[in-house]
Amino acid sequence: MLVLAGIAVIAFGFLLRFNPLLVVAASAAVTGLAAGLDPLAILAAFGKAFNNTRYITVIWVILPLIGLLERYGLQARARALIERFGQATAGRLLMVYLLFRQLSAAVGLTTIAGPAVTVRPLLAPMTEALAERQTGGLDEAERERIRALAAATDNVGLFFGEDIFLAIGSILLMKGLLEQYGIRLEPFQLSLWAIPSAIAAFLIHGARLWWLDRRLARKRAA
Amino acid sequence: MIGLPFVYIATGLLFGLYALLSVRDRRPGNAGFWGLMALSFLLGDRIGDIGNGVLALGLVAIAGTGLMRPARAMEDGVAPRGDALFVPVLIVPAAALGGTLLARARPGWLDPQQATLVALVAGVVVALGIACLWLRPRPQTPFREGLRLMDSIGWAAVLPQMLVSLGAIFALSGVGTVVGTLLGAVIPEGSLIGAAIVYGVGMALFTIVMGNAFAAFPVMMAAVGLPLLIHGHHGNAAAISAIGMLSGFCGTLLTPMAANFNIVPAALLELRNRNGVVRAQMATALPLLAVNIALMVWLAF
Repeated sequence: MLVLAGIAVIAFGFLLRFNPLLVVAASAAVTGLAAGLDPLAILAAFGKAFNNTRYITVIWVILPLIGLLERYGLQARARALIERFGQATAGRLLMVYLLFRQLSAAVGLTTIAGPAVTVRPLLAPMTEALAERQTGGLDEAERERIRALAAATDNVGLFFGEDIFLAIGSILLMKGLLEQYGIRLEPFQLSLWAIPSAIAAFLIHGARLWWLDRRLARKRAA
Repeated sequence: MIGLPFVYIATGLLFGLYALLSVRDRRPGNAGFWGLMALSFLLGDRIGDIGNGVLALGLVAIAGTGLMRPARAMEDGVAPRGDALFVPVLIVPAAALGGTLLARARPGWLDPQQATLVALVAGVVVALGIACLWLRPRPQTPFREGLRLMDSIGWAAVLPQMLVSLGAIFALSGVGTVVGTLLGAVIPEGSLIGAAIVYGVGMALFTIVMGNAFAAFPVMMAAVGLPLLIHGHHGNAAAISAIGMLSGFCGTLLTPMAANFNIVPAALLELRNRNGVVRAQMATALPLLAVNIALMVWLAF
């Protein structure tokens, strides 16, 4: 029971808005000590995992490219490009992107898009430009909500598409774990059962995006 | 064989450049932080586990004491260019895709496990080279602009790595077993619906705490899924596993612990509210969790 103290540290640390890196380090120390681990052993285990997971942080090598292109007007180009489509709306654009992200993730292409690769340089400015056209002008709070929704759409599309792909990590984890319990499953069966949830995710998030267009239209009328 | 070493050296050199630029700007906090990151990428395999632990603590100390300064504003813009700006952006995903396929088609020279990551980094190098030939910026401009974006993300850039490491400590300390036992105890005897709800909601809750459904799955499977749903009620194991994992993904949408999906984009999009992305996902995640549990009861039994 005592080891759960680390979870409490995380919860309160985030609630009280301490620096998250401090909160994580404190939680690791509290949890390890509560489990009776030697402080040096905690430090070593933390350092080992930190070193083994450096690949997560590699994605940032893309920033010089994005930053350079932004300096030459990439975001403005993205806005101008999407505004050429007369029928486009913020909701419809995000819906198309959601479908694209789910389908591409479903065939294993999870890294062709993401917050740094597509959302910041392309999707967020495009959605913002369309929402501006729909309302005639956005206040700062609404602008933030639109940008956040663009990032959210990227996440929903990725999460509820990737499990349809056979060779993704989570499928292999499930197969491996169940094998330990003597249940043999083919990856194909697992990915098949991810399809109903993927459809549900598209319907639920898509409905919200449809609702976004209605809300923006009402805003213009008001 | 080209693999992770190439990727890590490239990333380490870039962080090293950021550190040097920060030194020149007289920003010691930022210089120290990016310098430690460079050290981790270049020498992480040589300094031992304790050395890496101390390095991680150094990052925590710099970030926790507020020594890092926010990003500098973009320098005066230059004449904007046309739609060809999209070409370098699209080279990166195209290279990631091409490299992955190539590694499968012609095995041997590209580490298949890391093919996508290697191809992504190579794609960035190629795209940056093309962009520089075309736009002719000053040599340090791409790195200046990269540092501007990197500083705007700041310590959040390593939060995902830190959280995975915390997960390792949780696993070592047996946190999962304790949570699983507690959740298993709240199910009413013999109730299929009750067990399905505890399993689905438990996956989401545990994922919210750990920031990762992968950590939640073995625990909830052992505590509820296997003994009650699969053996007790004879459910379809594939459906219970797949939909359980996706219930966990609903939790991922709801937690700042899943930093690379929720906190990093908020920083990258310069949102004032750090939890803006989580807030935007709530109205999708909660109904979707309910639907997932309903789907499980309907499809697996």
